[in-house]
Amino acid sequence: MSAQGVNTDRRRVLVAATSVAGAVGAGFALVPFVASMNPSARARAAGAPVEADISKLEPGALLRVKWRGKPVWVVRRTPQMLEALSSNDPKLVDPTSEVEHQPSYCKNPTRSIKPEYLVAIGICTHLGCSPTYRPEFAPEDLGPDWKGGFHCPCHGSRFDLAARVFKNVPAPTNLWIPKHVYLNDTTILIGEDRGTA
Amino acid sequence: MSAEKTENLSWIDKRFPLTETWRAHLSEYFAPKNLNFWSFFGSLAILTLVIQIVTGIWLAMNYKPDATLAFGSVEYIMRDVDWGWLIRYMHSTGASAFFIVIYLHMFRALLWGSYRKPRELLWMIGVVIYLAMMATAFFGYLLPWGQMSYWGAQVIVNLFAAVPVVGDDLSVWVRGDYVISDATLNRFFAFHFLLPFVLVGLVFLHIVALHHVGSNNPDGIEIKEGPKGNRWSDKAPADGIPFHPYYTVKDLMGVVVFLALFALVLFFMPTFGGLFLEAPNFQPANPMQTPPHIAPVWYFTPFYAMLRAIPPMWGSQFPGVVVMFAAILIMFALPWLDRSPVKSMRYKGPLFKGALAIFAVSFVALAWLGIQPASDLYTLLSQIFTGLYFAFFILMPIYSSIDKTKPVPERVTS
Repeated sequence: MSAQGVNTDRRRVLVAATSVAGAVGAGFALVPFVASMNPSARARAAGAPVEADISKLEPGALLRVKWRGKPVWVVRRTPQMLEALSSNDPKLVDPTSEVEHQPSYCKNPTRSIKPEYLVAIGICTHLGCSPTYRPEFAPEDLGPDWKGGFHCPCHGSRFDLAARVFKNVPAPTNLWIPKHVYLNDTTILIGEDRGTA
Repeated sequence: MSAEKTENLSWIDKRFPLTETWRAHLSEYFAPKNLNFWSFFGSLAILTLVIQIVTGIWLAMNYKPDATLAFGSVEYIMRDVDWGWLIRYMHSTGASAFFIVIYLHMFRALLWGSYRKPRELLWMIGVVIYLAMMATAFFGYLLPWGQMSYWGAQVIVNLFAAVPVVGDDLSVWVRGDYVISDATLNRFFAFHFLLPFVLVGLVFLHIVALHHVGSNNPDGIEIKEGPKGNRWSDKAPADGIPFHPYYTVKDLMGVVVFLALFALVLFFMPTFGGLFLEAPNFQPANPMQTPPHIAPVWYFTPFYAMLRAIPPMWGSQFPGVVVMFAAILIMFALPWLDRSPVKSMRYKGPLFKGALAIFAVSFVALAWLGIQPASDLYTLLSQIFTGLYFAFFILMPIYSSIDKTKPVPERVTS
């Protein structure tokens, strides 16, 4: 700066201070735009628990219930299915459900409250597809060792009938077991356990 | 030119640089005289962008970005709106055409070495355009609210959930809900409408950078550094010819051929065997059931195949996501990876030519693998081709510097 009587140091400080104040202001102005993209109060409130009526569920069949926009499966496992579960253990990533993807009362070999009924969120832990129910034993496409389970069509992840993930598939962890509670013998409340179980 | 016309023009020129701009960018923008077939794709990319914006705005006149109405409104456009089917198919075919043109445009840059000095920024702006295009296409694919729209968006948004620590909150923020829902559809529509205009701005920057450094050519020779003087100007490069009328007319020829092919697809095979419009997208979105086989649209499949190829590590699928994004981001480094003394493939040696061939084959193979259902063999193949894709970039400093190049002539060849 060639003008006389100009204090360049003071100018530099003033320019820097103004720039910083402007940048902070712009940062604050950004907050409502970023925050408005979060789920709205209505979306947050929509997570109410749902009831599933299992009185008409046949052995081996699967019932889909919608909870928080996601599919929740209720599978009535047959005795053969339950018997075969433990034989999968060596091929599983987390056979004893160490990763907390289930309420504590479902941290057991069948990952359920009643061994007969599996309640699981039908969303693959890989990238969120809904795996296909494949209850049959040893189908041609899934190999002779298949003892029923779930196969994700998107990326080939495999889960057994306790919703436990097999090794060497894209999904890293077991499927989620939602909080649930038996209101009576034929009704399950999904999304809430009333602190009991 | 009549005296009156000149007078009007000079009135404007005193207030807006009309004649100056026309000259600088068209009638006196000197492009190399040896441009060939591969130079068509730049102007065709602009054409497809215009087609997409025009048809998109007309679609928006009847489309409803609402989860309960979206699928129906697309069917309404197809059946009840006069010529709606044509505008919709132009838009869906145009999306694929845009990517075909851009992939060829990018391949041309690899052939001619158009990413090399002094065109590094030109190339990098181009990669940003490519990223913005992919974002636009991704947002747009949710809008018909079909099964493939829904589950495709579900998979891609869940990629963000794989980011350590903040992932889950991030994916919820992107969706505006805990699942893909009406809120997601609404905001994707807003972004899908906005991004094309961002693209226009980026294309403007791309052309500003291009006209500043000058067009490359199949020989990769800088005409600005060659002898001066041609029929039009003493100072212009001897190997340059005015963009207008020479290349405007030539590009018009490219446009005619392109539009003929475009119309062929548009009228006779708008779904292109399920590649341009996938069959499950003719069913409304069902959050309870994933279709038996889902795959993204073809232009995303090379990267999707890479994502599937990487197994989870340390209990997370994040590495796969990183590899997928790295496959695109590595393109930014290309200008500094190529150490060859020559630019154009014409004068590069067998090593570089072989590497480019392997790269092109890998890209196409990954695109094909990304469409196929997951299987052990295909996963292995995807892993091999992903490795080859990255090897093209990572090993380039080595093979490009030891390669046997041919001597580059002083002037462009005709």
